[in-house]
Amino acid sequence: MSATPRLSLREITKRYPGVVANDGVSLEVAAGEIHAILGENGAGKSTLVKIIAGAVAADAGAIEFDGRPVVGADPAVARTLGVAMVYQHFSLFDSLTVGENIALGLDRRLGRRELAEAIRSAGERYGMQIDPTAHVHDLSMGERQRVEIVRALLAQPKLLILDEPTSVLTPQASEALFTTLRQLASEGVSVLFISHKLDEIRRLASRCTVMRAGRVVAVVDPRGESEQSLARLMIGGQPPQIAAHDTAPGQPRLAVDGLPLSEGGEPLSFEVRAGEIVGIAGISGNGQNALMALLAGERSARAESIRIDGRPIGTLGPRQRRALGLRYVPEERIGHGAVPELSLAENALLTIDRLQQRGFVQPAAAAAYAGEVVHHFDVRCPGTQARAGSLSGGNLQKYLVGREVLAEPAVLLVNQPTWGVDVGAAAAIRNSLIALRSRGCAILVVSEEIDELFELADRLMVMAGGRLSPAVAAHRLPADELGMWMAGRWPRAEQ
Amino acid sequence: MEAAATLVAASIAAGTPMLLAAIGILAHERTGVVNLGVEGMMLTAAIVAFAVAHDSGSHVLGFAAGAVAGVLLAAVFAFFALVLHANQYAAGLAIALLGAGASAFIGLPYSGQGLPARGADGIALLRDLPVFGPILFGHHLLVYFALLLVGAVTWLLFRTRAGLVLRAVGESPESAHALGISVRGVRLAALLFGGACAGLAGAYLATVYTPLWAENMTAGRGWIALALVVFATWRPLRVLVGAYLFGGVTMLQLYLQGVGVQAPSQLMSMAPYVATIVVLALISRNPRWIRLNMPASLGKPFNPNA
Amino acid sequence: MRLPMSGLSLVPRGSPSRLWTWASPLLALLLTVTCGMLLFSLLGRSPWQAVSMFFIEPLSTRRGVAEVLLKATPLALAAVGLALAFRANVWNIGAEGQLIAGSIAAAAVALAGAGSGGWVVALAIAAAACGGMAWASITAWLRDRFNANEILVSLMLVYVAQLLLSYVVHGPMRDPAGFGFPQSPMFDRAARLPLLLDGTRLHVGFLLALAAAAAAWLLLARSVIGFQLRVAGLAPRAARYAGFSSRRVLWTVLLISGALAGIGGGAEVTGPMGQLTPSVSPGYGFAAIIVAFVGRLHPVGVVAASILMALFYIGGELSQSRLGLPSSLTGVYQGLLLLFLLGADTLIVNRVRLRATPA
Repeated sequence: MSATPRLSLREITKRYPGVVANDGVSLEVAAGEIHAILGENGAGKSTLVKIIAGAVAADAGAIEFDGRPVVGADPAVARTLGVAMVYQHFSLFDSLTVGENIALGLDRRLGRRELAEAIRSAGERYGMQIDPTAHVHDLSMGERQRVEIVRALLAQPKLLILDEPTSVLTPQASEALFTTLRQLASEGVSVLFISHKLDEIRRLASRCTVMRAGRVVAVVDPRGESEQSLARLMIGGQPPQIAAHDTAPGQPRLAVDGLPLSEGGEPLSFEVRAGEIVGIAGISGNGQNALMALLAGERSARAESIRIDGRPIGTLGPRQRRALGLRYVPEERIGHGAVPELSLAENALLTIDRLQQRGFVQPAAAAAYAGEVVHHFDVRCPGTQARAGSLSGGNLQKYLVGREVLAEPAVLLVNQPTWGVDVGAAAAIRNSLIALRSRGCAILVVSEEIDELFELADRLMVMAGGRLSPAVAAHRLPADELGMWMAGRWPRAEQ
Repeated sequence: MEAAATLVAASIAAGTPMLLAAIGILAHERTGVVNLGVEGMMLTAAIVAFAVAHDSGSHVLGFAAGAVAGVLLAAVFAFFALVLHANQYAAGLAIALLGAGASAFIGLPYSGQGLPARGADGIALLRDLPVFGPILFGHHLLVYFALLLVGAVTWLLFRTRAGLVLRAVGESPESAHALGISVRGVRLAALLFGGACAGLAGAYLATVYTPLWAENMTAGRGWIALALVVFATWRPLRVLVGAYLFGGVTMLQLYLQGVGVQAPSQLMSMAPYVATIVVLALISRNPRWIRLNMPASLGKPFNPNA
Repeated sequence: MRLPMSGLSLVPRGSPSRLWTWASPLLALLLTVTCGMLLFSLLGRSPWQAVSMFFIEPLSTRRGVAEVLLKATPLALAAVGLALAFRANVWNIGAEGQLIAGSIAAAAVALAGAGSGGWVVALAIAAAACGGMAWASITAWLRDRFNANEILVSLMLVYVAQLLLSYVVHGPMRDPAGFGFPQSPMFDRAARLPLLLDGTRLHVGFLLALAAAAAAWLLLARSVIGFQLRVAGLAPRAARYAGFSSRRVLWTVLLISGALAGIGGGAEVTGPMGQLTPSVSPGYGFAAIIVAFVGRLHPVGVVAASILMALFYIGGELSQSRLGLPSSLTGVYQGLLLLFLLGADTLIVNRVRLRATPA
């Protein structure tokens, strides 16, 4: 192995309006090395790799590839140099076939048969078999990622970049991916991957750059670190404490009985009782959003399939469900949970129905309510008249959760409570959910973060392929069995 | 039988301006851009083509001038939509209004004027064959050109890499950009092509179909062409069928008179517009079907730097 | 992002600039006037006349001001309704058709009530509102029931309305004593709108326009449906989350904008025209779209913008009668104004910088 690093970044800086995404970042990856970039949401990891791949131009700093400087930001140039990128949110074209998608990503023109042969042999070699004639919209998440990787591999890259590659995979599929990556590294290909999963980094990478708030805080060998030490580097201190909790749950407040997610889908049934938090684990895209839309009233269902305190509500709209005590915090803050162009006070009008009287809105009452939310939930903002879109992710999420919690719901639905939220705000949100629970509310939490679910939930279910597993007490489900369940393999007999 | 043959031939001729405009629209809508300014582009091209044909005596020069006018207006639209990231619908409307106003302005000295006679259309001898003669062989060059264009666009879209790139941009400009494709370049090329087509459509209308100039002579054909592309679910061959069908609808008055039906001419002239509304309603009924066939990024702004 | 062939680039702002939200129409106006001056000199007239014909002459006499306000009336009425519709992301491009439908309805009532005296004109205006609403409800129904695109449907209906008008003035409503000209008989005094200022043609319709603008302002700022339509336009998913009925918003804005456009048409025939002719509207419905945008979709801005647009119309007429220039200049200016407005609006979300040297 030569001493010249495959990739060398020096003092890379990138600014966006209101935030410095990368601040003087330096990084080195050797040939044949598996290098991880660790950091939590908002640390600047995605921006950095986009700069390496040429999709985004840095404001300052230098990039060198195999010792030669790289000038300007151009994905095509990066590809010629041998950089291949697999994005977290795939850049595939649904309406085209696998073969057409791969052809678009290659610089050289291959005939249809040549291409099919190349896809087949690469698939065999690296354990990533795919059918060139299949249409992408028919493929599962794991298969789509294979298409992305084969596309990257056919370009014979020298540096393969993966952005959160296991966020859409079951634990078993992740293992298969790791095997492929190790094989590539042994052939001299450098692998750079972004992750916030500490155990994966320790298993796969030989070097890890830790980023926080746009800066590099450490470069370590993860094999010599423990998960706690890595977590501390990532967060910059002790992880915040989550309040301990155990009370006995009461009567079922939310009862779902025979609710299919779509026409002809498998009917789902479960309950959430007063004073308990039920968590739904699972990778996004397995039906969670459809379930939430049905429960919240954005889509209608058969009346008896959903009950609140015994009353059938399946055909009721969101407003009527709110009147019965059901509230909802959706996954997307911007554009769904809040209107970014409107003020915090006006956003309160979305779900707090008592702020409307006889056809007129009450701006003063709305501002007062918003003020209370801001005060109780420590929302950092210039005031209740501030545009919702001007708040940071964490603060806006605190506001939205607070808006619903302060209305003292009987049943609260939360979809991804701390996605894209900084650690401090995430802890505050989780604590507020636990406090709400102890006041007798029935809470249903959907989350991709298994750690979060283990912290919050009394009982857990797993959603896979539009089906729901039976609910079990959270402390009785070990992590690897959870992985099996996430692949849809849970015991069918019990229900 | 002769009457039916005349009707079919007339429908083809009448449908040609919509066909030309719609093929151009299809090309740029496949890349995800909506240009509502077609009507204005056709009008401006019509008067420019008429003026040039009138002043120079050459029809071909008129066609070329019309196409250029279309391209220029499309370029203006492209600047607003692709560079300034203005709302595509509003920018298209602005072009439609500007084009209409400009055409009325330029056209003043030309109203009531005529054009030098051109030779008979179609292929000699063959066009005189009974029944099929006028249908197949009796048309102006541009009608056959339009057919060729449909074939060329079909081949390009589905059999070449350029077409693959075009469709990819329309489905997901973000992914295309990540692959290193110049989204703006592809969209610009498609828009300019669309402009040329709209220009030829306008030129055909004013110099061949009804060789005179009158304000607003396109009478909504540009808007109908936009609807046509939706009906045809963005597929060239369906656009062909749809355009000729609509040409037939505009010939309704002719047909009804032939069968002896008397009705106020204005009510019969409503036929193409009402037909458009009806077909639009029927086609749109199933929103999932439209979404399945529509270029996914249609009308949505794409700004890689935002 | 670089602007081609210039040393400039556009840099996105963190949040929209309030200053430019209101300065942009002024910039657009400035650019349009500059183009006007250029056009005038190309046509062999003094560029100064471009400014005087359009902005000074019309406002120099009491009668002139009245004419401007008169012209602004149908524009303001239609544009107030369009501002509501556009805010809700309902693209009612067919205001012209609704205006014509309203004028036909008003004329029908005016003629039917000939000789009966009293407040026929009030009935006529009410009929005009109903006519416009009915026309707009076709678009609403097709969008609601069939998911048909409202831009294309409302536009097709414009052509249908124009043909209907032509049919009506050539046939059922034609003046038998009119020598075969396509026009209706003149309306009675009772079927004409009362005048506001002696010696001018300015009528009560102008007050109706101001009242409509005030009502729209109240609706947007204080009413629940106003809030719902704003959310529907800004974030449709949030509207669904809140449980707002998109159907209710759709019908509300289309019926209101249809009614207002219809009243605009009715005011034209019972006001200055006094009869129904094929030239009821020189494109007021389309000009109203521009007025709505220039007025920033805000009722107050819309009133100001309608006066500006009226100046364009009158300036065009003056240029024709005094200088022999074609009145279709108005159409060119209207299109340019909208185009420049869209261009100037870029400054609301972007800053212009001298191109930075690449990293």
